[in-house]
Amino acid sequence: MTNDPTRPLLAVRDLGVSFTRKGAPDVRAVDGVSFDVSPGQTVGLVGESGSGKSVTSLAVMGLLPRRNVRVDGRVIFDDDDLLTLPRERMRDIRGRDMAMVFQDPMTSLNPVVPIGVQVTEVIERHQQLSGDAADKAAAELLDRVGIPDPTRRLREYPHQLSGGMRQRALIAMALACRPRLLIADEPTTALDVTIQAQILELLKELVHDSGAALIMITHDLGVVAGLCDTVHVMYSGRVVEGAQRRELFARPRHPYTGGLLASVPRLDAARGTPLHPIPGSPTDVLAWPSGCAFAPRCHHRVDACTDGPPPLENIGGRSLRCVNPLPTTEEVPA
Amino acid sequence: MTAQPSAAGADPVPTGRDQREIDPDDVLLSVRGLQVHFPIRRGILVERQVGAVKAVDGVDLAVPRGSTVGLVGESGCGKTTFGRAVLRLVEPTGGTVTFDGTDLRELDAEQMRRQRRQMQMVFQDPMASLDPRQSVESVLTEPLRAHDIGGDHRARVRELLDVVGLPASAASRYPHEFSGGQRQRVGIARAIALEPQLIVADEPVSALDVSIQAQVVNLLEQLQDRLGLTYLVIAHDLAVVRHIADVVAVMYLGGLVEQAPSDELYATPLHPYTRALMSAVPIPDPDVEESRERILLTGDLPSPAAPPSGCRFHTRCPFRQETRCDDERPALREIRPGHTVACHWAEDIEAGRIAPRESAVVEPDVSTA
Ligand SMILES: Nc1ncnc2c1ncn2[C@@H]1O[C@H](COP(=O)(O)OP(=O)(O)OP(=O)(O)O)[C@@H](O)[C@H]1O
Ligand SMILES: Nc1ncnc2c1ncn2[C@@H]1O[C@H](COP(=O)(O)OP(=O)(O)OP(=O)(O)O)[C@@H](O)[C@H]1O
Ligand code: SF4
Ligand SMILES: [Mg+2]
Ligand SMILES: [Mg+2]
Repeated sequence: MTNDPTRPLLAVRDLGVSFTRKGAPDVRAVDGVSFDVSPGQTVGLVGESGSGKSVTSLAVMGLLPRRNVRVDGRVIFDDDDLLTLPRERMRDIRGRDMAMVFQDPMTSLNPVVPIGVQVTEVIERHQQLSGDAADKAAAELLDRVGIPDPTRRLREYPHQLSGGMRQRALIAMALACRPRLLIADEPTTALDVTIQAQILELLKELVHDSGAALIMITHDLGVVAGLCDTVHVMYSGRVVEGAQRRELFARPRHPYTGGLLASVPRLDAARGTPLHPIPGSPTDVLAWPSGCAFAPRCHHRVDACTDGPPPLENIGGRSLRCVNPLPTTEEVPA
Repeated sequence: MTAQPSAAGADPVPTGRDQREIDPDDVLLSVRGLQVHFPIRRGILVERQVGAVKAVDGVDLAVPRGSTVGLVGESGCGKTTFGRAVLRLVEPTGGTVTFDGTDLRELDAEQMRRQRRQMQMVFQDPMASLDPRQSVESVLTEPLRAHDIGGDHRARVRELLDVVGLPASAASRYPHEFSGGQRQRVGIARAIALEPQLIVADEPVSALDVSIQAQVVNLLEQLQDRLGLTYLVIAHDLAVVRHIADVVAVMYLGGLVEQAPSDELYATPLHPYTRALMSAVPIPDPDVEESRERILLTGDLPSPAAPPSGCRFHTRCPFRQETRCDDERPALREIRPGHTVACHWAEDIEAGRIAPRESAVVEPDVSTA
C-alpha cells in the first residue's frame, strides 16, 4: 500500500465493456472511459439513462457477470490492476477497501433477515468483533447515519423501514468495512427531495470525517453541483467532458454539457426564462466509430464531427471529446 | 446503436412567452373542501371499515381561465388523487368541484362523460397510458369517435400531430416505436384532440430523460398560448412547476400548506415546509449550492391513515412552537394579496421573530469555496 497523497487511489484507464450475444452484434456499453479518484475526493459521473454509468461502476467493482461480457482497459487501485486480479483477491478488496450503495436499497438488502443481523454480519466479518460488541457497534453505526432509535430498528425487517431509512441502513453497511472508496449509484433517485437532502448531507459528512473517496453517480446536475470536486459527463458509453466542478458549470465546453445546463429549469431562475431543449432524444445516437455519438442532436456540429470518433483530449485542465467545442467565452444561457 | 434521425425534428427555440392576460376572478375550475378518503377495511367474513386513508383532506383551489396552476408535494401527499378527483375519475367523499359554473358532483354518469370533453388528462407514463396495440391514428381518433365528432378525422390527426411536433408519418406507427418524449407528445395530442378547456397534467415530464423534459415543457407552454388552454400541472419537481405555473400550490399530507404566485413563492416562501422543500431542491450551480443555507427535515412523511393532530407538519417542523402547533389545525390564511399560508406562526417566521431549530439548519459550505 502506498501513502503518496499525490497519487490517485483509483485510476481508470481506457475502460471498455462489451456485452456479447450469440447471433447478435456486440453492445459496446462503455468505451474509452478514463478518470482518477484521489483520497478524500468526490467524483461525479453524470449522464442520462443508458449512458453507461452503472456499467462503469460495476466494472470497477468487479461485479459484472462473467458470461457474455468483455471488459478491457485498466482499473488501478493502489498498485493492482483490478481487472487482472484473481476472483478471491478481488472479493477481499471489495469487502475491505471498496463498497457500493445502489439506487434501490431493497435489491441489496435481504427481505427476510432483520436489519440488525445484516449489519452485524458485515461488522463481524470486517472488524473482528462478535456478540454484544458487534451488536453495540451496529447500533452505533445506525445512529451515525441518522436512524433514530437504532436498537429497535435493528430488530426490524427491511420492509418496515421507509425508503430513506433503508438507504441509510445500506450506507451503514457500506461503512461497516471502513472502505477507502465508496461508489454510490443514484443513491437518492428513488427518494423525495427532502430525504435526498438528508442523504447527501450524510454522504458529505462521511467523506469529510473518514477521508474516503466517493464516486457519485447521478443524472442530476444539481446533485453534483453541490457535492463533487470533479465531474465527468457521459454520453452513449463514453466520457465526453470531465472537469473540476466550478469550471464545468461556469464554462461547459461540450455541447451536450452546455445543452443540459440550458435545458433544465432552475429553481432560482427568473420566471419567463426560456428553456432551450436539446432536440431529438438520447436514442438518436451515432455509433461512436463513425463519429461523435451526439452529432445527430448537436447544434454545434460541423462536417468533421462525422469523419470519425473524436478522441478524449486534455485541454486546459479538462478532458474533452469534441471536434468543435463551445468557445470558452460563450455565455451559457441561464 | 444506429443513427436514427429524430421524428420530432428540431424544436423551435422559444423566445420567452407572450404576455397572457389572466383575470384572477374569471375562475374556470373551483375546488372547495375537496375530500377523498379511501376506506381501510378489515375482516374475513364480514368486512368492516376500520379507518380511512385521508389522501385528500379538505383542499380549496381556484384555477383562473387561461392560467397554469401548479400543484407540488412529495410522494404520497395526495397530488394524483386530487387530480383524479377533480375529473371524477375517483369519487370525492366530500367538497365541491365547479367547472365553468357547473357543479360536477351533481352530474350523472352520462352528463359527466360529456363534460369530460372539456377536461382532459395527461399522464406521467405515456407508455402505460397508451394501448400498445393501437396505432397513433387510432389513439387520436378514439376520443373523436367517442364524442361523435364528425369531419375529416385523418386531416384532424395530421393537424394534431403537427401541433405537437410529430411528422404525419407517425400516424401509422405504434407506441413502442417512439422514444419517451415522442410518446408523451402523442399523449398530449390525445388530450387536446377534443379541444378541451382544461388539461390536468399529472407528472407530465418526470418519466422522461432530462435532456428531453424541456421539449415537453415548451410544447405545453406553446399550446397554451396558441389554444388558450388552462392547466393544472401536478408534479413533485418544484423547479419544473415554478417554471411552468403562474400560481403554485404546495401540498403536504392531503392538504394545501401554501399557495402564491410562482415568483412570490420563490422569493418569499412563508410556510416552514415550503422553505425546507425549496432549500432541498438542488440547483445546478456550485456557487449557489455553496452559499445557500439548508433547512433539513427529520423523519419521513407520516401515514395519511393516521395524520398527526393539529398542524400536519408539526412532527417534522423545524419551527414548531410549544403552543397551537400540535393541537390546532391551521387554516389557509391570506397573508399578502394572493398569498395564502396554513401556519399559525407565518408572520413571526417571516419577520424573523421565530428561528428554526439550530440542528435543522445546515450553514453554507465555506470549507470548499
Ligand atoms: N447485462 C447487460 N446486457 C446487455 N446490455 C446491457 C447490460 N447491462 C447494461 N446494458 C446496456 O449498457 C448500456 C449502459 O447501461 P447502464 O446501466 O450503465 O446505464 P446507466 O447510465 O446506469 O443508466 P441509468 O441512468 O438508466 O441507470 C445500456 O445501453 C444498457 O442497455
Ligand atoms: N385507491 C386507493 N386506495 C387506498 N389508498 C390510496 C388509493 N390511491 C391512493 N391511495 C393513498 O393515498 C395517498 C395519496 O396518494 P397519491 O397517489 O394521490 O399521492 P401522490 O402525491 O400522487 O404521490 P406520488 O408523487 O408518489 O405520485 C397515498 O398514501 C396512497 O397510498
Ligand atoms: S403551524 Fe407550527 S408546526 Fe405547522 S408549519 Fe407552522 S410552525 Fe411548523
Ligand atoms: Mg444506472
Ligand atoms: Mg402521483
